[in-house]
This record gives sequence, C-alpha cells and structure tokens, in this order.
Amino acid sequence: MRASLIGIVFLLFSQPVWSAAKIEHWQTAQGSRVYYVHTEGLPMVDIQVSFDAGSARDGSQFGIAALTSALLDTGAGEWNADEIAKRFESVGANVGAGISDDMAWVSLRTLTDKKLFDKALETLQVMLAKPTFNEADFQREKNRTLAGLKQREESPAELAHIAFSNAVYGDHPYAHPSDGVIETVAGFSANDLREFYKKYYVAANAMVVIVGDLSKEQAEKTAQSLVAELPAGQKPEPLPEVAMPIKASQRHIDFPSSQTHVLVGMPGTYRKDPDYFSLYVGNHILGGAVLVSRLFNEVREKRGLAYSASSSFVPMFRKGPFVASLQTRNDQTQKALEVLNKTLVDFINEGPTEAELTAAKKNITGGFAMRFDTNKELANYVSMIGFYELPLDYLNTFQQKVEQVTVASIKDAFKRHIDPQLLQTITLGGAPAKK
Amino acid sequence: MNNRLLFAILLCLPAFSSSAETKVSERILGNGLKVLVQEDHRSPVVVSQVWYKVGSSYEPGGITGLSHMLEHMMFKGTDKHPAGEFSRIIAENGGDENAFTGQDYTAYFQTMDKSRLDVSFELEADRMRNLHLLADELKKELQVVTEERRMRTDDKPRAKMQEYFMAMAHTNSPYRNPVIGWPADIANYTVEDLQAWYQRWYAPNNATLVVVGDVEPKAVFDLAEKYFGALKTSEIKPLKPQTEVEQIGVREMTIKLPAKLPYIVMGYKVPSLKTAEKEWEAYALEVLAGVLDGGNSARLASRLVRGKQIAVSAGAGYDLTSRLSDLFTLEATPAEGKTVWDLQSALKDEVVKLQNELVSDEELQRIKAQVLASDIYQRDSMFYQAMQLGMTETVGLGWPTVDEYVGKVNQVTAEQVRDVARKYLIKDHLNIAYLEPQEIKENKASPTIQGEHDAR
Repeated sequence: MRASLIGIVFLLFSQPVWSAAKIEHWQTAQGSRVYYVHTEGLPMVDIQVSFDAGSARDGSQFGIAALTSALLDTGAGEWNADEIAKRFESVGANVGAGISDDMAWVSLRTLTDKKLFDKALETLQVMLAKPTFNEADFQREKNRTLAGLKQREESPAELAHIAFSNAVYGDHPYAHPSDGVIETVAGFSANDLREFYKKYYVAANAMVVIVGDLSKEQAEKTAQSLVAELPAGQKPEPLPEVAMPIKASQRHIDFPSSQTHVLVGMPGTYRKDPDYFSLYVGNHILGGAVLVSRLFNEVREKRGLAYSASSSFVPMFRKGPFVASLQTRNDQTQKALEVLNKTLVDFINEGPTEAELTAAKKNITGGFAMRFDTNKELANYVSMIGFYELPLDYLNTFQQKVEQVTVASIKDAFKRHIDPQLLQTITLGGAPAKK
Repeated sequence: MNNRLLFAILLCLPAFSSSAETKVSERILGNGLKVLVQEDHRSPVVVSQVWYKVGSSYEPGGITGLSHMLEHMMFKGTDKHPAGEFSRIIAENGGDENAFTGQDYTAYFQTMDKSRLDVSFELEADRMRNLHLLADELKKELQVVTEERRMRTDDKPRAKMQEYFMAMAHTNSPYRNPVIGWPADIANYTVEDLQAWYQRWYAPNNATLVVVGDVEPKAVFDLAEKYFGALKTSEIKPLKPQTEVEQIGVREMTIKLPAKLPYIVMGYKVPSLKTAEKEWEAYALEVLAGVLDGGNSARLASRLVRGKQIAVSAGAGYDLTSRLSDLFTLEATPAEGKTVWDLQSALKDEVVKLQNELVSDEELQRIKAQVLASDIYQRDSMFYQAMQLGMTETVGLGWPTVDEYVGKVNQVTAEQVRDVARKYLIKDHLNIAYLEPQEIKENKASPTIQGEHDAR
C-alpha cells in the first residue's frame, strides 16, 4: 500500500521533470526553421545545421551530395583546411559533416564558455556560408572518395546492401548508395559541387537544432548568425513517391566470403505514416528488439545459424526500407533464408501474441528515458522531429502512442505494408542459394 | 616561457571543474566485491556493469577465446532462470543489456530505469555463481561464435591482417591472441573447459560492480549487499605474468588477401600506464598520439593526407589503459599512385621529427584543450563513465586514474614527448605489416577484426 503510493508520487514528480524535453521552435528572418532545447548540467552544447540535400538530391550525379558535404571543412572564407581544423580543435570543439538519403548536416559540439564558443561558432558560420571548393582540395577529396568506393568492393556487407537498395528502389533517388559510385564520382568537377551547394545550402532549405546549456536568447542569436549569410533561396520540390516493386525477386551475387549475407525486404514506411507506431512496435517483436526478438530466437537461439539476425523499418521522407537480414556460413544459406522467410510470413499472417505485445510495450515504454539520456541523443531526436516536421510533442506522446498499439493494429499495418509477394531478396556470398 | 604560455591558456578555459566534477563512492563488500557508484541526475536512468578480471590475455594456448565464449554462455541460464530468461526479464523491465569481452576484461551491462536496478542486481548476482553450462546450448552457441568470427574477422581483410600482425609483433605476450580466439581453439571448446574457466574467475572477489546514474550511493550499496553480499568467494590464484621478451630487431610481414586497396600497419613496443617505468611516460605517449592523430589539424591528416597527399587516410593509436605493454600503432592507406613503401618512409619521417624536434606550444595547447573538453563531453554518457571506471579498476590501475587523467596530460611537456619518442619509437622494437591485395575471385574462401569489444 505504501509502496504504491510512493510510486504514484514518484511518477507525478518525475514525468514532467525530464519528459520536458521541451522543444521550442521558431523561424529566423531568412526563413530557416530553428529547434531548441535547453539542457543543464554540463557546460556544453550540440548544434546541427541541416539541409534537404542528402543523396536523394544527387540526380544522376550519384555521390555529389556526399562529396559536397566532405568539402565544407577543407576551405572557407580566408581559411584552408588546416586553419579551419585548428580553429575548432584549439577550443576543444568537435565538428562533423555528413549526409543520409534525405539530409545533409553539419554538426558542432562545443563548450559554452564564451570565448571558446564564439570561436567555434564563427568558424562554423564561415564554413557554411563561404566554402571555397578550390580545385586542389576538390581533387584530393575526390581521390579519397574514389579510394573509399574501391575499398567498398572488399566488403560483402556493403555490396549486399547496395544490391538490396537497387532491387528495392529501382530508379527512385533512394536506390543508389549515398557515397555514389566510381563511374559518376570520377566525372565530377569542382564546379558541379558549387552548383549543388548553391542550390541546396540556402536559408529556406536550412534547419538549425540547438540542444544544450545556452539560454534562449543565446540560442536565437546563434541560429540567426549561422544562417544569416546564406542566400534565402528556396526549398526543393518534395522527393517523388516510391513505386512499389511489381513482383518478388531473388538475386544471388557470388563473392569469395566465408559467409553469405542475406537481405529480404521492400519499401516500408515513411516518417509521418499513421501506421508508424504499429509497424514500429510490431517490428520490435519480429526482429527489432535486441537479444529477444522472434528472428533472433528462431535464427540464433534455436538454431545457431547466425551471429546477428534482425529486421528494421527505416522511416524516411518517403518510404524507407523494411529489411530483415542475417549472415550465415555459405552452405547453410538456404536453410537460414527459409527460417527467416517463415518467421516473417508467419508474423505477417498471424501477428504477435498478446503476451509478446505486452512484453514489447513494457520494453519500449520502460526504457523510454534511455532513448535520449545524453545530450547527443536528444539532439538527434530533435533533429529528426524538426527535419520531418513531426509534432513538437512527439517525445511526450511517444509512450502513449506505443500503448495504443494493439495486436489487430499490428496485423493490419503489416498486411498493408509488407506483402510477401513483393519481397526482394539478395544473397551475396560464396555459394548460390538454390530456390 | 613555454610553461607560462601554457598556463595562460589553461586559465582561459572555463571554470567548470567545480560544477561537473565527478564523485565516485566506493564500498567493498565482505566477500570482496568492489562496488563503485557515480551519481548523474540528469535523467531517471541507471547503468549497471559487472566487470570480471578475465579476458583473452588470461588464456593459455589451446583455449584462446574461451573468455568470450563464456560471455556468450552467461546468457544460457541458471537454476532459477532457464536459458533466455535473463534477456526476457531485462527486456520486460525496459532494459537494454549486453556484454563485451576484451583482452583484459569481461563485462556485462544493463541500462534501466533507475527504479529497476534491483532487477539487474538479482540476475547478475545469480549468474555470477550459479551458471548452468549445458552441452546442447554450447553446441549451438559455438556455431554462433563461429559465425561471429566469420563476420568480424574472416571476411574483413584489414581485420584479418590485424590478427596476423598482433601474432607476429608479440612473441610470448598473450596479446598475440585474438579476443575471439583462433579457429581451431573455438572449434574444440568443451563444457569442462568452460566450467573450469567459470569456476576460476567468476567470483565476487574477482569482480567490480559499477553503477552510474540517478541513484544515491548508500541505497546502491545496500541493494548490492542484499543481492551480492551472500555470494561465496573463490580463491583467485595470481595470473602468471607472461611478460613479453625484448624485441631485438625489426619484424616485417606481408599479408596477401583478396582486397582492393593496399594498407600498412606499424607498431612499436611501448609500455602502458600500468607497466611504464615512470607514469609520465605513458601520458607523454598519449600526447604523442594526439600530436599525430588528435584531429583533422594533427600531423598525419595535415601532412600525409593533405600536404604530401600520399595517404587517403592515416592514423595513430595508443591504449593507455592496457594491462600489459602493447603497441603504439601507425597505419595508413596509400593514395592512388603511392605505395605502402612511400607510407612507411613518411611515417618513419614523422617519428624521426618527434625524436629530433620539440612539438610546438600550439600543438600541445590544442591537445590539452581537447582533453579538457572531451572530459566534459564524456560526462554526457553515463555508459562511457561507467566504462572508464570499470576498465581502470579491472586492469589494476584503480578508478582514481580517471579523475587524474586531465591533470596528468596537462603536465606533459614537449621535452617529455621527445624523450618517449627517442626511448620507445625505435627501429629494433618496430613491427610492420603490409597488405598486398589479391584479386577478388569468386568462390574462394577468405576471411578477420581485432576484437577489442566482441559484444555478444
């Protein structure tokens, strides 16, 4: 009796304290969206400036978004790569730049002490607004990228993923690898990068995320200064819808590896999909949960067929992939693939049990706070919420949405999203998987 | 002069040390279990880790990788909780869990809501002494570990190269063996091997329990006493030292594997903080690694990747916290038209410069600013904080090392960096491996990674 009373009091107090990852949102004068969360406890801040300029914007120039991003810290304003690096590193700041299919971003983690912060911020601002893309830096980074693309051919895991994306997406902009391919990258000029930069790195297409120990006033000034010198520009047209595959396919690629990499999937779901939570919780049971999912149990725990066996939805602006995968000794590929397919099809047909659903909900809601218990993770969530324009209370309603999922809603959502007749299967390894 | 400049810089850095200072509480239970608690109240979360003083460097020949295999078997049930139940209970309580094995440790962790710490303690205490090692489970799990080895090592040319490289560089040190074990050893583990290993090392007096999070030390100590307090101790026999013999001349090897790019790894025998004659030497080596590879402005990126453009990537590595002496490594991938020999000579040039010239104040200050900043950044992660406490304690340095780190790095001088370069980065203690790519032909088996962390 007493214990449960204490429990209630605890809940009342503890919920708002930190579930108040209170996201504040505004627009700068130039039209860039800003998302800010004030966190305390450590004198540091994570800042991200993102653009709708990921590899889905490559057009036919596969890899141009990635290379443009890679050039940003190699020369800007009056500074060369050494000077830019020194400016950040002399104040202990970490800077990074990268892309996904949907997004290009530059991130900065810095201490908030004014002198250190100001120097890091000024450097970032110039990097974003005045990258030089000079010829020597361009050639060097292009050569480094080409070496990386060549090295990729050593990796059965990467090659299998590339083949899988191609099978799932056909000629959609999500099909090609984000880093590009040798044939396209080899043909780029520095001017191509400048063009890409000019079109996409503009205020109307920019978003700023600030999570850390800065006051709102400081955050406003910071966001403003980061985008102040970007031309207003405009947002690009939304990406095209993903076309569903017209039939199932299976392709084997020979590779001299000791394991065969098996990937099965199709276009899955997008960020604003009303079915998202049913798919997410369902997949948690099917193959998402670490060490306890159905796929993990069937493939690894019961049969010892693989070290890792899992499935995931990767929601993106358009339908990101659903993929179930494993790696296994070449000669047992067929057996492992059968187990994977049966587990998947059974799940689609029958859905989870009530007990599985209850366990999954307990895991997800019980571990909710751990999803963003670091500044970095929180910043990543805020960035996702901002970029995909999800409701600002996304985190605060997350647990409730999970609780609302039912066995029926999972079954229904899977039936409508994952059709066994449309699954794309890739096996890559040392022995062909016989049909 | 140098010193004053340095001081000026340090004074410029913010006065955060008081606000963010870590505070560790320690208690040793009657059975020898050491409990470390660090409070972090930013989220209602707790990280709990059990660290055992056993890892691949404890293993004699023939059973390499056994610590890692045992880590896998630790999820296979006890009297109270049959196979699979451990993970199911943790999951139902909202927890994240896993385990990892290194050269010097085996560790198990759960991240939970702070109200569930007792769930983690109950299960960990149970499997510390009551594990069931069953032949059927071992048979399946052996296959899993073999698949793990294929994935991490056998199908990755550079990882495979690393394995051969370590085996060449170390003559008698157990660091010559991979954490995941040699294939023939993995294939021949028996239940008896595992039982003996478990009996020998899994006991409260050979473990450290680390808890970081939104908790109060006294309550954690009481809870630890409740669940772990009654566990029996074991007699832990001291480990044979297996001190590496002196290397008496450079060693080189060529690795031929299906691959696309050549690659070079070089490693000098150096002491760790635990084995250094003088403590400052290890910190000076740490700073030296920062001079070469502490960011995009560091020498390897600035001079080899950008300046000379002979490498598409280059790096340096030093592990301050290894239990035994290990290697200071340099590695690089040649740019198109350059060779591993060009890289070898350029990397050696960088070593010679460190031996002949003092590193600049600017470089030293950069490193110190970075160290200070990362000390704050690391506190963003409870898991990382717990890792540091567990690791330093388990290798025998003691957790106060974590708190001393920033101060000790700050005391390193340019002369000391030069001195360790002269003393340790010497040719007779050098090991070099070259990856010579072979054509990637279909249907020819190949396979390797350094298993620093072979997570389950």
